[in-house]
Amino acid sequence: MHQPSSYTDLFFVFMLAGFLGFQLIKRVSPLLHSPLMSLTNAIAAVVVVGAILITGEAGATPLAKTLGFIAITAATVNVVSGFMITDRMLKMFKKKGS
Amino acid sequence: MGHDTFAYAETLTQVAYLAASGLFVMALMWMSHPSTARRGVRAGELGMLLAVVGTLINYEVVSYDLIIVAFLLGTAIGVPLAYFMPMTAIPQRTAVSHAFGALAVGLIGVVEYYKYAATAAAWSFTFWALMFEMLLGFLTCTASLVAFGKLQELLPSRPLMFRGQQIVNLLVFGGAIAIALTLIASPSSTWLFPIFIALALLFGVLLVAPIGGADMPTVIALLNAYAGLAASAMGFALDNKLLIVTGALDGTSGFILAVIMCKAMNRSFSNVLFGGFGQVAAAAAGGVDDRPVRSASPEEAALRLEMASSVVIVPGYGMAVAQAQHKVSELYKTLTAKGVDVKFAIHPVAGRMPGHMNVLLAEADVPYDRLVELEEINPELPQTDVALIIGANDTINPAARDDPKSAIAGMPIIEADKAKSVMVIKRSLNAGFAGIDNPIYYNENTQMLFGDAKAFTGDINKELSEKH
Repeated sequence: MHQPSSYTDLFFVFMLAGFLGFQLIKRVSPLLHSPLMSLTNAIAAVVVVGAILITGEAGATPLAKTLGFIAITAATVNVVSGFMITDRMLKMFKKKGS
Repeated sequence: MGHDTFAYAETLTQVAYLAASGLFVMALMWMSHPSTARRGVRAGELGMLLAVVGTLINYEVVSYDLIIVAFLLGTAIGVPLAYFMPMTAIPQRTAVSHAFGALAVGLIGVVEYYKYAATAAAWSFTFWALMFEMLLGFLTCTASLVAFGKLQELLPSRPLMFRGQQIVNLLVFGGAIAIALTLIASPSSTWLFPIFIALALLFGVLLVAPIGGADMPTVIALLNAYAGLAASAMGFALDNKLLIVTGALDGTSGFILAVIMCKAMNRSFSNVLFGGFGQVAAAAAGGVDDRPVRSASPEEAALRLEMASSVVIVPGYGMAVAQAQHKVSELYKTLTAKGVDVKFAIHPVAGRMPGHMNVLLAEADVPYDRLVELEEINPELPQTDVALIIGANDTINPAARDDPKSAIAGMPIIEADKAKSVMVIKRSLNAGFAGIDNPIYYNENTQMLFGDAKAFTGDINKELSEKH
């Protein structure tokens, strides 16, 4: 079992990630705001890891299994379609002459 | 398996999460430019794979059958969704995906709540995080579904309002917060829990119902931010730094986009935070413009475009509705081949989501270096021979600049009226979303091209090609 983190550790991580996100997103060309949104949406579907844990752990109740199953399905739809649609959109962005 | 094996597997999981976080950060970094953006998608996919595999090998996961079935089901739904989704439906798809993501977050919160309800201490940190996660998750879920309904036109896209709406909203939201606090103080009061969920779901509906179609770019961005924050809150509840990082990245992304959209509509920051947008004041009492309107035929329009040395096309939501992007691209190609310098002026809130026009025009094969942002195109417009407006209305309304009493006063516009001549393809003289008259239609240098955007552009193309 890994050492539980203290709350302040978690807030540190959150704050730094927030600042980093701010700097990164600011640089994204407005051209790509639609694909950006579908990419971040696909990435945020990483909540699937939480759904996997509650569905697959020992002693999961029927309720946990049912809701966990729905959550994995919903998140998987986002992962699969999110990455694929982002790539489909990006493929269309061409420079003049290419 | 001995204790050491557990520790080893746990370390592997954490290493996989660390690598996944790094890859997600790089994915966003590479999104900064079209030339590297697809590499960003690859990085994101690899990060996701590591995160999922890292979780599956975790010792806490003992049963795999349901997980595998859910993976397969999700893929079976997701792949056709991605393949067959027309690009004009991207805003709707984005709304649905926010709903799915938020639903997953909310449901995981429910399971965690019941798991710990009997044993958790009063005012525990985990319960603060859980309640926050579920409040945001469930309200984002229904709010996104309502946004989807409006974008898909299953629901009327005009604002749905009723008397005392603000008070009802306040009561529902206040009620949800009060119950959340009670549950944090006394986690075992499980009978209150379903009421909390119901109020959160209801608040989501109330939040988006009063918002009109043209405000959707802001709403979608804001829901993006909420979904990210909910994922972060889940990371706090589960002590999972990968989720905290990813949620924070997603949250800031949505938030920045919402702020950009707000600035582009001259709405205030607090308007965004409290969801008080969409309530455009009734049109200022300026009276109806009764100056005469000049109209032109496709033939005249083609002639004028051909004679021009520079043309700026200003697309708007009307181009998306009429599915005119391919005809517009054809026009761009024909004129460029004739030596005309053609550019597209893209307003940040044109369309129904951030970047909507760019995606549609890219799909129709317009090179992205021809798509120019508002700040860059405005100084060029006074030297431009023809500004051709296709399906845009409020984003080119000079009243926003000139009339302090206008409902959209102060909104940055594409100053198409400053071009040497202006042509507007439009079905009729009806006012735009904001319900305000647009003086540009009556200007002396403006010619109205009455008709459907797709059909009229097609007619201009025909005229241009028949000449040779």
